[in-house]
Amino acid sequence: MTTLTDDTLPATPRAMRDEMIVFAVMALLLASVPFTGVYPFFVMQALCFALLACAFNLLIGYGGLLSFGHAMFLGTAGYCSAHALKVWGLPPELGILVGIAAAFVLSIVTGYISIRRQGIYFSMITLALSQLLYFIYLQAPFTHGEDGIQGIPQGHMFGVLDLSKPTVLYYVVLVGFLAGFLLIFRIINSPFGEVLKAIRENEPRAISLGYRTDQYKFLAFVLSGTLAGFAGALKVFVAQNASLTDVHWSMSGEVVLMTLVGGLGTIFGPVVGAFVIIAMQQYLASFGQWVTVIQGAIFVICVLTFRRGVIGEIAHYFRRSL
Amino acid sequence: MQALYAQLLVGLINGSFYALLSLGLAVIFGMLNIINFAHGALYMMGAFVAYFLLNLGGINYWWALLLAPIIVGIFGMILERTMLQWLTGLDHLYGLLLTFGIALIVQGLFQNYFGSSGLPYAIPDQLRGGMNLGFMFLPVYRGWVVVFSLVVCLATWFLIEKTQLGAYLRAATENPTLVRAFGINVPRMITLTYGLGVGLAALAGVLSAPINQVRPLMGADLIIVVFAVVVIGGMGSIMGSIITGFALGVIEGLTKYFYPEASNTVVFVLMVLVLLVKPTGLTGRAA
Repeated sequence: MTTLTDDTLPATPRAMRDEMIVFAVMALLLASVPFTGVYPFFVMQALCFALLACAFNLLIGYGGLLSFGHAMFLGTAGYCSAHALKVWGLPPELGILVGIAAAFVLSIVTGYISIRRQGIYFSMITLALSQLLYFIYLQAPFTHGEDGIQGIPQGHMFGVLDLSKPTVLYYVVLVGFLAGFLLIFRIINSPFGEVLKAIRENEPRAISLGYRTDQYKFLAFVLSGTLAGFAGALKVFVAQNASLTDVHWSMSGEVVLMTLVGGLGTIFGPVVGAFVIIAMQQYLASFGQWVTVIQGAIFVICVLTFRRGVIGEIAHYFRRSL
Repeated sequence: MQALYAQLLVGLINGSFYALLSLGLAVIFGMLNIINFAHGALYMMGAFVAYFLLNLGGINYWWALLLAPIIVGIFGMILERTMLQWLTGLDHLYGLLLTFGIALIVQGLFQNYFGSSGLPYAIPDQLRGGMNLGFMFLPVYRGWVVVFSLVVCLATWFLIEKTQLGAYLRAATENPTLVRAFGINVPRMITLTYGLGVGLAALAGVLSAPINQVRPLMGADLIIVVFAVVVIGGMGSIMGSIITGFALGVIEGLTKYFYPEASNTVVFVLMVLVLLVKPTGLTGRAA
């Protein structure tokens, strides 16, 4: 059986240098967005999804585990942050922490359950768990069911940064995204990340080398879920609401699609994929359900002809690791 | 007591659909190594084909019961020939992603043309009315669905476990290369197997049309519950899928009576409990 990313190159100093250069270019481009007249709301939304997709990619691209329920972390963190901000009146930085903590606890519980099965069963279990949470949030009073939590105050971060100003909010989201991205980058290139890749390539062999692979996978799951929660908490400030859409299975599917389009197991792929998919939704919003049809078609085309994704193809062509 | 029996009956009907769908998933997984995410969409197509046959062609329920699974089965076989067969040798996950994409396309197209509301499908004349069983009132159609599904499930079990064709099939599941060496056309068997699994889903769709109406998203949430059923029962055994399907339907029905708030979630909670106690599933070999 071929693995998901059949041509990853080892992390050499050259590869690290390439990646740092691309990262610097990406950070500069994103930092200059407010001066270009591009609609900042769109970019902020895309950044939240990009962080979510990067967190998801940590699990599939480096752990070989396809989670079909990552929306549960996005939605749970979103609901908890929104509740903390609106009902408890906490300042933004604590609101974000509440969301992250909720996603952390949730990922420990769901990770403990789902990591017991491999491959395809893992995907079905994560999907079923997120559907379980969907129904819980549908009925729980604090989420306000179909209405969701609306009109969330943005407030002043650390007492000084006025998040109701779009430019300030943009840079706060950008810093959050870059911090999350760098953390994932660091995890991938750490000894822990190397072991994870070893497990993805050949789990029996990793076991025979003495690694407790279940513990590595569990830790990867918790890191991925918590970071996805961070994305969900940031998204609350951008969208100013938390609703059932964020916990629905179609959201989990979108995250998978973003990562697949950009390139499974590539560092920058999920970011590119998130921008592509969010832009597509923006432009095709008036076409109703055709968006779903097109998303389905992209899934089919990617799986049949374009399994490396955009960044994966570029990296393959230049024989670089991106 | 009446309400309890009524919910038990609803549970048995849902259980019939779980059994038919998880059976199809198990058969397909055995041969193709693919979890067919499009199963819910194909179940929906079965119901829509029955609806079209009746309203455009004037073809009644009984013919739809035969024709819809064949038509959707052929559609499935075309999908297998044109797309799924190219995934042989790749990681299982790609099969899940591809069939998820197919499900999005099919459901999106139907939603475009038919919206999200339900289209009515009348119960056939012969199955109208009900019977008084003394302890409860049994609508004939609902009784028919349970009995007929059970018969179809057992027939499928018989086909796979007790016939020559089934023996080829099981052999090809174990070792396709060796079976091909004996001169059996394994790729054709794979295509037919996919058609069979899909046909079972379409049949469930036709059966549910008079009860649940015909809706483009009728299979979208159902397939996730069926996934949980499959995780609980394991996909190793045909009989296991049938029994687990019916049993979970009944448990769900009981939950609707005793604690309605949890009726949506009970199958998922049971899945969690089973995973904690016996991670390989009830009939389970390790995956």
